[in-house]
Amino acid sequence: MKHHNCAQSCQGSCECGLCCTKIKNFGVTRSGIEILRAVNLHIHCGDLTAIIGPNGAGKSTLLKAILGDIPHTGELQFLDAKDEGTIRPSMGYVPQKLDLDSSSPTSVLDLFAAAHTKIPIWFAYPKKIRERVRESLARTQGEHLINKRLGALSGGELQRVLLALSLDPIPHILLLDEPVSGIDQRGLELFYKTVSTLRENYDLSIILVSHDLNLVAEYADRVAFVNNKTIECVGTPQEVFSNEKVIQTFGLDWSKRNLNDEKDRVANALLV
Amino acid sequence: MHFWYSLVDLLLPFGWLQHAFMKNALLGVLLVTPIFGLLGTMIVNNKMAFFSDSLGHSALTGIAIGVIVGKIFPLLGIKPIWSMLCFSVLITIAILIVKEANTASTDTIIGVFSSTAMALGIVLLSRNGGFTKYSAYLIGDLLSISSSDLLTLGIVFVVVIVLWAVIFNKLLMASMNQSLASSRGINVRLYEYLFAMIMAVIVTISIQWVGILIISSLLILPAASSRNIAKNIRQYHVYSVLIALISGVSGLILSYFWGTATGATIVLISSVFFAVTFIMKLRLG
Repeated sequence: MKHHNCAQSCQGSCECGLCCTKIKNFGVTRSGIEILRAVNLHIHCGDLTAIIGPNGAGKSTLLKAILGDIPHTGELQFLDAKDEGTIRPSMGYVPQKLDLDSSSPTSVLDLFAAAHTKIPIWFAYPKKIRERVRESLARTQGEHLINKRLGALSGGELQRVLLALSLDPIPHILLLDEPVSGIDQRGLELFYKTVSTLRENYDLSIILVSHDLNLVAEYADRVAFVNNKTIECVGTPQEVFSNEKVIQTFGLDWSKRNLNDEKDRVANALLV
Repeated sequence: MHFWYSLVDLLLPFGWLQHAFMKNALLGVLLVTPIFGLLGTMIVNNKMAFFSDSLGHSALTGIAIGVIVGKIFPLLGIKPIWSMLCFSVLITIAILIVKEANTASTDTIIGVFSSTAMALGIVLLSRNGGFTKYSAYLIGDLLSISSSDLLTLGIVFVVVIVLWAVIFNKLLMASMNQSLASSRGINVRLYEYLFAMIMAVIVTISIQWVGILIISSLLILPAASSRNIAKNIRQYHVYSVLIALISGVSGLILSYFWGTATGATIVLISSVFFAVTFIMKLRLG
């Protein structure tokens, strides 16, 4: 991929003619407790950057700080491919979950209509909204979900709906907070595949908080390891997963197991 | 007002509507129950039932302050309603600010404020042993609604409907996920405060007619019943408003014939609606 060629030249500035996002010296302190400090991260468009780390390390907090939802120190720079100057990037966000109980009467169409229109949705839906929502949902293979209640969706379906919502309109940066539980393995793989395709089609910068190291190893371009309130290690999946701290955090034999898995998979493929 | 009276005489020539106070009460019910139906949907969605209850309780302190201010400055002629409004808006802001500090769970915070306001109100009003004078506020009296009350109610009705139309979509987004809402440029705090203020105003204004004890049931029951059968937001609102209106009007009629408190009768009928829709939900799935 052409984007990777500029990875080195981007150390100083973005001169490769492509957009990139720089997170400079981020710090987050909430009610007197330091959650993140000195976080630095470069993201190129078209890249899928996975954020991994132990529970409570501040992964979701980092995402919300990038989003601008919680106050932080440091700055976020976004350099557009066309403009040389910095602009405020538009961001799409896929939260871990929605705060609603399963009996809530909010439908998928309601969610999109509430996000897109000013007419109160208890009064009327605008004429063209149904078509637009169907198009959005088609991006993540979720057209059939349009009239379902949000509470009746499975974890994987809800995630695809939220992904479709975050892509309308197409943002510069897509931030994904993967649910810790509630999604089966097949749903998760479908999600990663969809995200991977999107990145190629729309040239998005994607930051993904992830809990599934196998899928990260398979789909991510770069991995950032968050530990002890900061990013301790960034690089390609191979680089990060051979880092000592990472191996210690996720169990000594994880990277070895990953290699074995890979071998098993190849062996299985050969058998078939 | 004359227009309304002659309209009622023309269209609804029933015995129970002969009296002017019943005509007033009917108009009051027609104005206030749709608002309850509308607001209730979001209150139930956001699990704020307890919050609306505490707003009702805090009105007691508002009444007490109004009475005291009225005694000190009798010339100003301040009605209790204004001090009630000020106090409930203040307590709403206090609850929201303490809630944002994130030190205890929301229902604990609301519980603390609610019981404090209630106790303060009782202490102030029962000084010199005169609490029975104010016990009318506990039950409320819809039949005492006057023409000037109806004018206030009419203005509130229009303002609430307009505000609700403007803020609803954004409020719904914010209620589902704050970060998601702010990623789409919604000022979550602003809409949360607006919503709480609208609730405070509507609860306080209707307390004198509905009563402190049951005000929040009127907000909760129509929406909760509607929730049992609605499949999207539009149905949720339509059913909720309809249930609120039907319970309101039929409760008014029944209370006239039974000689019971109107507010409580309306609440009882709404709870019948809840029971019926709950069974429908269980049967239909």
